[in-house]
Amino acid sequence: MTTDAISPTRGREPIDRVVIRFAGDSGDGMQLTGDRFTEVSAAFGNDLATMPDYPAEIRAPAGTVAGVSAFQVHISDHDISTPGDSPNVLVAMNPAALKASVRDLMPGASIIVNVDAFEARNLEKAGYAANPLEDGSLDAFTVYEVPMTSLTLEAAKETGAKPRDAERSKNFFALGVVSWMYSRPVEPVYDWISARFANKPIVRDANTAAFKAGFNFGETAELFQHAFEIAPAVLPKGKYRNITGNVALAYGLLAASRQSGLDLFLGSYPITPASDILHELSKHKSFGVRTMQAEDEIAGIGAALGASFAGQLGVTTTSGPGIDLKSETIGLAVSLELPLVIVDIQRGGPSTGLPTKTEQADLLHVMFGRHGEAPVPIVAARSPGHCFDAALEAARIALKYRTPVFLLSDGYLANAAEPWRIPEVAELPDLRVDFATEPNHGDDFWPYLRDPETLARPWAIPGTPGLMHRIGGIEKEDGTGNISYDPENHEKMVRLRAAKVAGIAKDIPTLEVDRVEGSRLLVLSWGGTWGVTHAGVYRARARNRRVDWAHLIHLNPFPANLGEILSGYEKVLVPELNLGQLSKLLRMGYDVDVVGLNKIKGIHFRAAEIEACIMELTD
Amino acid sequence: MTETNGHATTTTNGHAGDGNGAAEPVTFTRKDFQSDQEVRWCPGCGDYSVLAAVQFLLPEIGVPPEKTVFVSGIGCSSRFPYYMETYGMHSIHGRAPAIATGIAVSRPDLDVWVITGDGDGLSIGGNHLIHALRRNVNLTILLFNNQIYGLTKGQYSPTSELGKVTKSTPFGSIDHPFNPVSLAIGSEASFVARTHDMDRKHMMEVFRRAHDHQGGAFVEIYQNCNVFNDGAFEAVTARDARADMIIDLKHGQPIRFGKDNDKGVVATELGHLEIVDVAAVGEDRLLVHDENRPDPTLAFALSRLADSPTTPTPMGVFRAVDRPVYGDALNSQIAAAQERQGRGDLVSLLNSGSTWEV
Repeated sequence: MTTDAISPTRGREPIDRVVIRFAGDSGDGMQLTGDRFTEVSAAFGNDLATMPDYPAEIRAPAGTVAGVSAFQVHISDHDISTPGDSPNVLVAMNPAALKASVRDLMPGASIIVNVDAFEARNLEKAGYAANPLEDGSLDAFTVYEVPMTSLTLEAAKETGAKPRDAERSKNFFALGVVSWMYSRPVEPVYDWISARFANKPIVRDANTAAFKAGFNFGETAELFQHAFEIAPAVLPKGKYRNITGNVALAYGLLAASRQSGLDLFLGSYPITPASDILHELSKHKSFGVRTMQAEDEIAGIGAALGASFAGQLGVTTTSGPGIDLKSETIGLAVSLELPLVIVDIQRGGPSTGLPTKTEQADLLHVMFGRHGEAPVPIVAARSPGHCFDAALEAARIALKYRTPVFLLSDGYLANAAEPWRIPEVAELPDLRVDFATEPNHGDDFWPYLRDPETLARPWAIPGTPGLMHRIGGIEKEDGTGNISYDPENHEKMVRLRAAKVAGIAKDIPTLEVDRVEGSRLLVLSWGGTWGVTHAGVYRARARNRRVDWAHLIHLNPFPANLGEILSGYEKVLVPELNLGQLSKLLRMGYDVDVVGLNKIKGIHFRAAEIEACIMELTD
Repeated sequence: MTETNGHATTTTNGHAGDGNGAAEPVTFTRKDFQSDQEVRWCPGCGDYSVLAAVQFLLPEIGVPPEKTVFVSGIGCSSRFPYYMETYGMHSIHGRAPAIATGIAVSRPDLDVWVITGDGDGLSIGGNHLIHALRRNVNLTILLFNNQIYGLTKGQYSPTSELGKVTKSTPFGSIDHPFNPVSLAIGSEASFVARTHDMDRKHMMEVFRRAHDHQGGAFVEIYQNCNVFNDGAFEAVTARDARADMIIDLKHGQPIRFGKDNDKGVVATELGHLEIVDVAAVGEDRLLVHDENRPDPTLAFALSRLADSPTTPTPMGVFRAVDRPVYGDALNSQIAAAQERQGRGDLVSLLNSGSTWEV
């Protein structure tokens, strides 16, 4: 039997978007279910955005709210930028999953529960005094009770799978139900199961049977009134693939290596949510990438800086706690004036904080978190796919100006996925560098004789005859680079290093404003809040509010026209997942009335929150 | 270069051999390795003699100055790179082995030396030192042990003896010290040696062996700080004491020492070593030194013969074994991947996985 087309038994209702959350126990395979649904939807041509949400503990106690793993996907027939504020559909594999998600749901949302799991023990583990399916607490929602476990077991009977193993296929049953509801093609799922479990025929057959049973359940059971249809989105022409922020960032670093002609060296220590960049780059040895899992964060950046000294593209990847540890070496890199890309995938802090949750609270840390006057340029990615461009831009600045550069991403961007228009490699920027090959001061080589334009110093790598030189963290004499404790020289060098970084403003794009007529409010976002801010601004405009919007990629230095732009507004709204860090920087540098919209919950803004704030400010 | 991208590329990543093959034989002198910077250690400091030994040795080794890199941390001895007419980096406290690892791994064509001290290498940078040795990174690590913090003017260090009175221990140090050679052997080092600043010939021989070793080579140098810890090693290194106090390790020979060569080292039944009168036990019982012994137990036991430099102390090469070099292994994984899949192609990587046209 094949089910490769929807039989129009009960009709299909076209809708423009839906937000679905798959939630279950950590071991229930929810990330995999979400991934499959996403792949199929992406290939079908919908625009989409996803957000995985899983516990920090690898195996939190089964059945508890702490152990819930969820995957949210927003699919649409138009260009969208967020994984959605509130799910329209929740698939809850057990009571804990229901409990963890129910408060986020849209009023009137559909809840599909695995009713088999709603028995006394599970209810107790989830902290329910009474069964929510029976006590009326879900009256605001449409609840579909589906015996997923028993139907999966039944369906898998023929496959020879033992009941304990067969039960594990219930996530495919859930996927089948939702695939029917949203008219997803089924062949890609069958193909994927066959390929993935080619060596485990029993698992393959059980998963296939469960998926098919779920799909048919939607089709034949009288529970659902009808299926929905979401047409493909109209996106800019091109070839697309799905990509997460961390993979895009890793690809961006590979691209920077290619475009610069330098081998990539990654020194890194495992840390959530940055480790996937180390994992991804470790796979691509054929690109000449050297990845080194160091003994600690300090060694990770130390080795990367050593590689930079030796003429490589040195990179280190980490999250906030790692930046704390790397700070001294970053100061050394500032003093040595060598290229280095420092990737900070921000997570909730302080201290260990919320390792798997997102935050934007490292901005001031990377801006100021070093002793002495130690300026470092900052580039922040705005979306999963943009992590690719941001990595190239960070490498460009590092190589051209011989400076460490911070590349900020965050836990949300790192793990979230979106369709990504694959860039044309031929159109990527040229990042080639000229190593010093000749003496630059008579017969001598002066390692700190600067390029008058960029103020960058020459990069003479070991192995180059005649250019032997010593550099170090002690203050250097302007030009010669020899140790110098001279007061005038120190001030000169501090000012030169500051001027070099400030001068990058001439070399980055000016800030563009998405304008409407007569707006007196500017929304200014940065980093991973780009998507929600976009959605919030457009929703407010749809309600006839005049609001302009701009988004910062470069946080240090700011684009040259920022001050001029800010001066054109009565108020500037800055939404940030921190207590107001960009707001502080703006107030320091510009005479501007900044209103902060701040959230520090380890989760992203909802577009509705931004919309509401705009509504209030434009009232 | 990893990938041809149409750009003119430099030879930065030349692997061993690149750029060397066509080089005409050039001879260097000590002067070629002396920078124009004034050496600013205290007059009488043991660092001068170590510097001289290295500057005498490098022309003999014949590696050109531009292929040589000295990386140091922080401390008196870490000023060393400034005085060498080679590439050099005076980095931050304790981190030289990590930084040097990045250089050595990405540039196998270079000769990378690490200069560190007992505070730099064993205290603040202990973690990097043990891991560089464990990985067997191709580095020559010279640890100047003067059993004191000199640059910060006289605090006790992780090799200072118990009870030592210093500015930070007016009632005597209560910290049990490290034995650097024991630590290196315990860290899986493939080459471990000890020498001292009073004997240039010995230093040069040990440094030469360390340099020629493939992998991480660790050398402890007993180095006198004549300002804050003068005479710390005198009992062993003074010219008239050496014969009785230095146990000169020679590969393949019975371990014996003393003015009249009358003392020797034997292994007890429990595995530890003892100093004996050769006449009393007979020459046949003496332990024959084997640097290449795969098992490090005897090398470790040798390092325990002297707790502090006040009793007969082994000098020379404790251990020299072959095992895979970290950088070589990493670079051969890259070579193997390129052999198997061809050089990485960014266009196909970006277009991999499920894609669709809009």
